[in-house]
Amino acid sequence: MTARAPQPKESPVARPAGPPMRRGPGGGGPWGSMGMPAEKAQTFVPSAKRLVGRLRPHRAGLLAVLLLAVVSVAFGVSGPRLLGEATNVIFSGIVSSSLPAGATKEEAIAQLRSAGNNARADLVSGMTVTPGRGIDFAALRKVLGLVLAIYVLASVFSALQGFLLTAIVQKTVYTLREDIETKVNALPLSYFDRIQRGELLSRVTNDVDNIGQSMQQTLSQLVTSLLTVVGVIVMMFVISPVLALVALVTIPLTLFVTSAIAKRSQKLFVAQWKHTGALNGQVEEAYSGHALVKVFGRHREVEQQFREKNNELYAASFGAQFVSGIIMPSMMFVGNLVYVAIAVVGGLFVAGGSMTLGGVQAFIQYSRQFTQPLGQLGSMANLMQSGVASAERVFQLLDAEEQRPDPVPAQSPATATGRLEFEHVSFRYERDKPLIKDLSLVALPGQTIAIVGPTGAGKTTLVNLIMRFYEIDAGRITLDGVDIAQMTRDDLRSRMGMVLQDTWLFAGSIRDNIAYGRPSATDEEIHAAAKATYVDRFVHSLPNGYDTLLDDEGGNVSAGEKQLLTIARAFLARPSVLILDEATSSVDTRTELLVQHAMHALRQDRTSFVIAHRLSTIRDADLILVMEHGDIVEQGTHAELLSKGGAYFALYTSQFAAPVA
Amino acid sequence: MLLTLLRRYLRPHVSLIAGVVAFQLVQSLASLSLPSLNANIIDNGIAKGDTRYILVTGGVMLALTLLQVAAAVAAVYFGAKAAMGFGRDVREAIFVRVGEFSEREVSRFGAPSLITRTTNDIQQVQTLVLMTCTMLVSAPMLAIGGIIMALQQDVDLAWIMFVAVPVMLVVIGLIVSRMVPLFRQMQARIDSVNRVLREQLTGIRVVRAFVRETLETDRFEKANADVTETAVSAGRLFALVFPVIMLIMNVSSVAVLWFGASAIDRGTVQIGALTAFLSYLIQILMAVMMATFMSIMIPRAAVSAERIGEVLATSTSVVLPLHPVTELRSAGVVELRDVEFAYPGAEQPVLRNLSFVARPGETTAIIGSTGAGKSTLVNLLPRLFDATGGTVLVDGVDVRELDPDLLWGRIGLVPQRAYLFSGTVASNLRYGNPQATDDELWAALETAQAKDFVQEMPDGLNAPIAQGGTNVSGGQRQRLAIARALVKKSEIYVFDDSFSALDTATDARLRRALAKTEKEATKIIVAQRVSTIIDADQILVLEDGEIVGRGTHDELLAASETYREIVDSQLRAEEAA
Repeated sequence: MTARAPQPKESPVARPAGPPMRRGPGGGGPWGSMGMPAEKAQTFVPSAKRLVGRLRPHRAGLLAVLLLAVVSVAFGVSGPRLLGEATNVIFSGIVSSSLPAGATKEEAIAQLRSAGNNARADLVSGMTVTPGRGIDFAALRKVLGLVLAIYVLASVFSALQGFLLTAIVQKTVYTLREDIETKVNALPLSYFDRIQRGELLSRVTNDVDNIGQSMQQTLSQLVTSLLTVVGVIVMMFVISPVLALVALVTIPLTLFVTSAIAKRSQKLFVAQWKHTGALNGQVEEAYSGHALVKVFGRHREVEQQFREKNNELYAASFGAQFVSGIIMPSMMFVGNLVYVAIAVVGGLFVAGGSMTLGGVQAFIQYSRQFTQPLGQLGSMANLMQSGVASAERVFQLLDAEEQRPDPVPAQSPATATGRLEFEHVSFRYERDKPLIKDLSLVALPGQTIAIVGPTGAGKTTLVNLIMRFYEIDAGRITLDGVDIAQMTRDDLRSRMGMVLQDTWLFAGSIRDNIAYGRPSATDEEIHAAAKATYVDRFVHSLPNGYDTLLDDEGGNVSAGEKQLLTIARAFLARPSVLILDEATSSVDTRTELLVQHAMHALRQDRTSFVIAHRLSTIRDADLILVMEHGDIVEQGTHAELLSKGGAYFALYTSQFAAPVA
Repeated sequence: MLLTLLRRYLRPHVSLIAGVVAFQLVQSLASLSLPSLNANIIDNGIAKGDTRYILVTGGVMLALTLLQVAAAVAAVYFGAKAAMGFGRDVREAIFVRVGEFSEREVSRFGAPSLITRTTNDIQQVQTLVLMTCTMLVSAPMLAIGGIIMALQQDVDLAWIMFVAVPVMLVVIGLIVSRMVPLFRQMQARIDSVNRVLREQLTGIRVVRAFVRETLETDRFEKANADVTETAVSAGRLFALVFPVIMLIMNVSSVAVLWFGASAIDRGTVQIGALTAFLSYLIQILMAVMMATFMSIMIPRAAVSAERIGEVLATSTSVVLPLHPVTELRSAGVVELRDVEFAYPGAEQPVLRNLSFVARPGETTAIIGSTGAGKSTLVNLLPRLFDATGGTVLVDGVDVRELDPDLLWGRIGLVPQRAYLFSGTVASNLRYGNPQATDDELWAALETAQAKDFVQEMPDGLNAPIAQGGTNVSGGQRQRLAIARALVKKSEIYVFDDSFSALDTATDARLRRALAKTEKEATKIIVAQRVSTIIDADQILVLEDGEIVGRGTHDELLAASETYREIVDSQLRAEEAA
């Protein structure tokens, strides 16, 4: 939880600790502390390896990034030393001008000693001086020109490196998203029954995003930080091994301080996160059940609970913010400690003539450059952890078992009459709970088959099997004589039309939503379908007609109108077998009448399966199947079943004649 | 709005803020004095070979460093305390305010939006306060202090400072101003990737049924390409930031050495002073950079503050009575007299000229198409809304005069959206009556036709319920919501379309049981299905906010055209007869 924000620096070449914010501050930005504590991956090494493996196509680019990083760090690291040279040139100019002109360095030193100025003599002995001369501007120009060039190049290379890396990382993220999309299409429907939609979405957005961010930051900073640390250590030893040892004390000190604080703050952050979650949950409940809280007289308790949770959150987040906020001052403290130590020890060395002033200056700058990448390496460990944890979740999705591939070569019915037959079909969603057992039935071309029964009887399951959303466990289903398992899914499904109870429309125009049934349809065909299914009437009352945009959940048309749109869509698709889920509980009764008519138009000349909720609508079905617990308990026409006085009769009377005492 | 919010809710923490400012000042001063002490070491110690001076000054620097860290830690302490206290106070203010809201205000904002305002938006402003206290406050101190200290070194190079600082400001400002819209675009494009995928997942059966996987993949690909494009632009802009900042700082230091050298050569400047000047210049540039970057947060926090302020500035439309009536004589008579309800700014009232009486022991049913105003009507009883015209009376008293606890105690509401709270079946059932015994719970479950499935749950009454009741089916949720209202034992029951998710057989059994156990109560039922209300003592047919027919089923069949249409669309004539 090291804060990754730039801190005030005195050194000209201080390399601020990487991008302070990736998404602007606040959004999990510079204050890593506001974000969630890093999650741990369960299998760090394999997932990390696999993540790195995804970079393989960009090997050449990564190599270039590495080279650019090496060059830019090398330049950046050599800067302070050269600047120190410049200081030396200036300082020796000052000292030289104070010495008698014409004398050699040795003569000048001897003169100083004889004058009793031993300290001064020591200082001069460690320098390159030409007594009597002022600052050597030609030399200074040369040095500063070189420094300038090196700094410009360091910046250019570092920018190039960033450019290249961004492209590589984003491309990798792009393919990751693409792979997820492909995977979603290849997964069996049963997968989506098990996983929550929000969970899946968060893998594509939050996790993929997090992978991108942590890759970008770790890849660019890991290399530069490591190289900088190495480069700086080398330079420090070159300038003064003794001072270098003093500065190296920083390493264990920094590590000790940051890890001690981080360990504490990690715990506090977990607590903060827990309390935030608890409070948000309470707010969500209190607001979603706002009316209930009032009418059930619970507002006082709810407010009291909120106050308690709010205070807990306050205490927890204060602790977390305070402890993590100490990290920066502590790092600064360690840095300043070293600064003072070097200033003093270096000062003594210069005074003693064993070191130059420029050397000390360069050294101070190096010591400043040195603590920062160290801290960065620490925070990177966290970042990598969370990135790999995200990658692990994404890989889990990518590794999920896919649906059985289409048979090769696939069969296809020669005719399209719509004869559908179940032969001894058995199916279960869960291993130990058989749902459909040994079911057989025949739907002849043009017939309407109605399926009735209480909730959970297996009506929807039957539809799922016909569409091959699920694979049957035993028996077979044939369409026009061909086993549907031997057909490609696309072939099978393009022969089927489906209207479901929950009306799914996408954000787009009404026209596009109808055309979804058959993208190749002409405008005339779309209008014809709309007319036949009563869509045309209400579309005309909309200001933009067929170009009216449906928003996210289709909020600007009523539930009944949405249902009509889905019927138009199925109508346009011209399927040979139709599946209608008739439930219209959310539709008012008059729109419902239109829906009934539209469904009727759709059923004309097609084999249709109708899941009926209101028995009045299916009285002229050719065959009514009464399902209970996955079995067909009765079948026949309306009249036959009524006269039998069985399950259908019971259902029917409960709906229409329900006497209330 | 941001300022108002800050002023109002930081006031109680003003002593903490004063502490932050004081300690940040100490911290900044300490950190500002280090370079000049270092300059003294060079000029007076090193150049003169005075080792004692070096050691003494070093000691002073060490002491200052200690002072600095102590002050910085103290500033963080006070800052964190103030910022978190601010967040806590605003959260509480908003939560209490929303609690007072009527459904009118809640629906105006929308529950999800209110949730975001209470959580994320406050977090946003709180972060700004925290960052300001811990970092931003010291930026101007360091910058101004740095300028003063730099000028004090009297090196005649102030012009470099006056060039470098504006350059830094302009460059960072340019980058930031470009970055902000990019990040906004980035968020919008991430949202659209999200949207496309969400549509695919919710409609996965339809997508597969119509064999449109390729079409969907193309849409996703486009959204993906868009987001990648923006991410690359943003990333590149970002990659520029540090090289550019480094360049400005490094070029400045080269300039200081170059121009400083001639001044030294002329003898007007000492080398230590030059070094100190350089240090101050870098300190100033860092402070400027930090302040500019942090300023990105301000517009964002301002938007959040605006959204928080909106909620705090809204007062409830349902005002509680000053001198409430606390006793009622009769038991459960509901009367509406010429009631009108209109949303503010709406042309047409949602309800007009409504008058009826619902009596104990009777069932009053309200039927009509969606949008006819049925839910609004029943929400007037517990004052989830207040009528904009006419009066709503419970037992002869205007609900606006009634003690709210008494009113709410009298009404058992089953809302249209059966919402359950996280907890257990039992905790939900006891929501309105914490003292209810298990036997009472089972009795209510039996009436609500929920006994069977609760018994089948592994933990029975203690079976866990997820937030919103998402772990039970829609029909089960409705029945639990009904049972919850029954456990409360009220004189008046309001069922707002509460049978829609039940199959007709269960619906019928439930109504039969209800008629038996809640014989004395006043029952008001809103419904879509004729079969649900066929036996009501009084049926009100609502259309466009008006009662267009009233009477029993048979009376209405004979007299009301609208009712007949509704019946025809649901039942064939012969069954209805």
